[in-house]
Amino acid sequence: MPLASYALGMMDASVYAPEVFARGLPSTPQSSAVGIVPAGSIADAAAPLLALQGIGLSFGGVVALADIELSVNPGEIRAIIGPNGAGKSSLINVISGVYRPDRGHVLLDGVRYGQVPTQRLAHLGVARTFQNLALFKGLSVLDNVASGLAYKVRSNFAGQVLGIGRSRGEQRDSLSRAGQILEFLDLTAVRDRLAGTLPYGLQKRVELARALVAEPRLLLLDEPMAGMTASEKSEMASFVRAARDRFATTVVLIEHDVGVVMGLSDRIAVLDYGRKIADATPDEVRNDQRVIDAYLGVASDNEDGAGI
Amino acid sequence: MIADFDYQFFIEVLVGGLLSGVMYSLVAIGFVLIYKTSGVLNFAQGALLLFAALTFVSLVERGVPFALALVATFAIMVAIGIAIERTVLRPLTNKPPITLFMATLGLSYIIEGAAQLIWGTQVHGLDLGIEDVPLEVGGVLISQFDIFAAVVAAGMVLLLSLFFRYTRIGLSFRAVADDQFAALAVGLRLPLIWATVWAAAGLVALVAGLLWGARLGVQFSLSLVVLKALPVLVLGGFDSILGAIVGGLLIGASEKLAEVYIGDYFGGGIESWFAYVVALVFLLIRPSGLFGQKLVERV
Amino acid sequence: MAAITSDLTSAPVLPKWIAPVLLLAFAYGVVPLIGSSYLFEAILLPFLALGLAGVGLNILTGYAGQVSLGSAAFMAAGAFAAYNFNLRVEGLPLIGSIVLAGIVAAAIGIVFGLPSLRLKGFYLAVSTLAAQFFVQWALTKFSWFSNNSASGVIDAPRLSIGGLALDGAVGRYLFALTIVSILTFLAYRLVSSQTGRNFIAIRDNETAARIIGIPVLKTKLLAFAISSFIIGVAGVIWAFAYLRTVEPDGFDLDRSFQILFIIIIGGLASIRGAFFGAALIVVFPLGLSRLGGFLLGDVFDSGVLDMSQRIVLGALIILFLILEPDGLVALWDRIRRRLLFAWQST
Repeated sequence: MPLASYALGMMDASVYAPEVFARGLPSTPQSSAVGIVPAGSIADAAAPLLALQGIGLSFGGVVALADIELSVNPGEIRAIIGPNGAGKSSLINVISGVYRPDRGHVLLDGVRYGQVPTQRLAHLGVARTFQNLALFKGLSVLDNVASGLAYKVRSNFAGQVLGIGRSRGEQRDSLSRAGQILEFLDLTAVRDRLAGTLPYGLQKRVELARALVAEPRLLLLDEPMAGMTASEKSEMASFVRAARDRFATTVVLIEHDVGVVMGLSDRIAVLDYGRKIADATPDEVRNDQRVIDAYLGVASDNEDGAGI
Repeated sequence: MIADFDYQFFIEVLVGGLLSGVMYSLVAIGFVLIYKTSGVLNFAQGALLLFAALTFVSLVERGVPFALALVATFAIMVAIGIAIERTVLRPLTNKPPITLFMATLGLSYIIEGAAQLIWGTQVHGLDLGIEDVPLEVGGVLISQFDIFAAVVAAGMVLLLSLFFRYTRIGLSFRAVADDQFAALAVGLRLPLIWATVWAAAGLVALVAGLLWGARLGVQFSLSLVVLKALPVLVLGGFDSILGAIVGGLLIGASEKLAEVYIGDYFGGGIESWFAYVVALVFLLIRPSGLFGQKLVERV
Repeated sequence: MAAITSDLTSAPVLPKWIAPVLLLAFAYGVVPLIGSSYLFEAILLPFLALGLAGVGLNILTGYAGQVSLGSAAFMAAGAFAAYNFNLRVEGLPLIGSIVLAGIVAAAIGIVFGLPSLRLKGFYLAVSTLAAQFFVQWALTKFSWFSNNSASGVIDAPRLSIGGLALDGAVGRYLFALTIVSILTFLAYRLVSSQTGRNFIAIRDNETAARIIGIPVLKTKLLAFAISSFIIGVAGVIWAFAYLRTVEPDGFDLDRSFQILFIIIIGGLASIRGAFFGAALIVVFPLGLSRLGGFLLGDVFDSGVLDMSQRIVLGALIILFLILEPDGLVALWDRIRRRLLFAWQST
């Protein structure tokens, strides 16, 4: 059964603009994008890029996550949904190493971690955005995005100050790649603005750009559409999809608003009170009685209109 | 050397250190009060202390009776506290904490300058009527003044605890300290609470100023006692009254012991930095501090 | 705000390097000819030294967001280190002593920056006081540092570069100007490099910076090192070119606060800001003393001057924090824009 649904996910994935799949940025050596050929064989797809095994986390007696199992295949858009306080953000913080789980392991590309090494995250090909905006307010949009490449800068400060060695090339390369991402996400018009001065929706998009510029294999999006208007949400959804298609990035996406993720995701995991209560395709989730109960069963919990 | 270790002398040093630690705690508590409610590390606490002591002494020297001078100084301190809250802190609401800190740094310059411009720069003696004759307790000599100071400080802490536990405004204070936005949302009157807290901090400054003034003489360097309170705060946490007390005792004791037993190896005078090193080393071993101040960030 | 920005774009944009180059040409070509010795001794030399110290602190505090209250300690470390290198290393050129002194200050900066790996905000600010008190104590206590002179006083050596004696007021001014210009240029290059962007990233959001792979710990220590290097060299200028005779007590906590005030008043995270702030800090006591003497006559003695200076300085800090949090630089840029706009619309 799991094999079949993985395959289904893959099929879905490749439906989106197969011709631009894994194109990457023009100047990028293709090697960074190969190695994961998402539209490949089913056997490949069965080896998850990210897997959570028995993750448990509690804060001073309050259980945030209980025995969470999750697997994410290369190239899929994987949504994790659930009502407020279901543990979604805790989960993404565990995956990105901000929290250390009390129990369980995180497998990234087959390597087991008790706690994911946050400072090595970028090198492992993982990028994330944050629920509350985490841009560098004092940097321009372009510099914010370029900072997403800081992890691979190898020139030291002296070289940069004097403009010698590999620093010039690196500087040119990261700015041009940042510029390309900005163009891709339709942000070129604001590239020189200070990030802190942008409207909320654009800041969210800049965060996506900063995460994408490193062309991560795994992209974690923590409520990328929170607080957006309906049209901004669908715009963001199309950017996420386009990003996956262009960079062959696997996307794990946390969302409160179920409606948006239905059309976007290949598979959806549903959390409630720190437990996974469903994990299936959007259609199956839509009809899952436990999911409906979690969201609608207690009607008063649904006051902010996040319905199915 | 170990064999003829003088335990009685050791205990004398230890007790002396603990008692002077109480004095550090007293200054530190003034910081904690303000930090808890408004998230400001009020560097001007030392300047307030100087201002209080200087005002009191100058009033007494001009023939104002002791009790009246005390009340008048307290009234002035409350007025200053409220004025600071109105003119400096309120316009800076929602600014980063470090900005507020720098503002209190500026404030300390103003208050120190004003204190000496108004009352002059000469050193005043301050006699609280406590004779500083050593008292013998169980074979150990203890300064009578130190005991008096410790008792006053303990009384002060007790008074503040009762105030915050049993009065309406005190309970509001605790609500604000827990969550400023929530407190605002349920309609607590923040300005009133802040004014009260600044008044309380003024009172603490007055008491600490008098005790330290009686010890060191009332003069400019009195405002430097903040520098003694800061490592206490690093150790005990900026937001914990208990931390301020325990931290003060720890710093006071270790500082005195170090000065007496290892100071000579360093050529003496190590008290200017020793407390900071103790606090830093402690934090390196136990990053969450004495009472586990919350340093975890939410992402 | 948006309107002002668009005004700017319509104004004739001069290349960025024009203003600093013109300023330098004036500072080298004109000032030495017309300046009085009072101008050099009382205004320009302290301005250059404090401005450079402000640049150093701004890298640490303004850009990297790590508040330091111990700047004077690094000035002292630089001054005393240069003195000792000059005294004890035979044949070392002056410039060598200065660079080595900067390196010593940087090393001390790294040591006292170590707490920044664990402490944040106020906890870190307070822990930098340890540097302040420790260095001051060590320099006073161990007379080796001052070659056994009484109370730790040191006298500056003769200044000369490449056989050119620079002992007069103008010579010392040119000496200071050259060092300050070079280091300021390098600092400017630094803050616009990837390393500079990493500083700002850590200041603005440390967690996000860590997650996108900026080496946070290394970058923080680097900020401490570079900042301390620059402040250390500023200390050398202070001691060798400006005062010529210094003692450890001259680098006390008040001096540290003074440098912090310079960057608050001038503008945080701005290289120019450090010089704006330093100019104000140097000129305002002189102005205040003239003004006070003029208005109050004899009542305005040095004690009163000292106190009123403290009051006005404190008030300035608070006023800037409330009214112009981006400092004199922001004020200056706004005025310049208005002027340009007015000039254009005529």
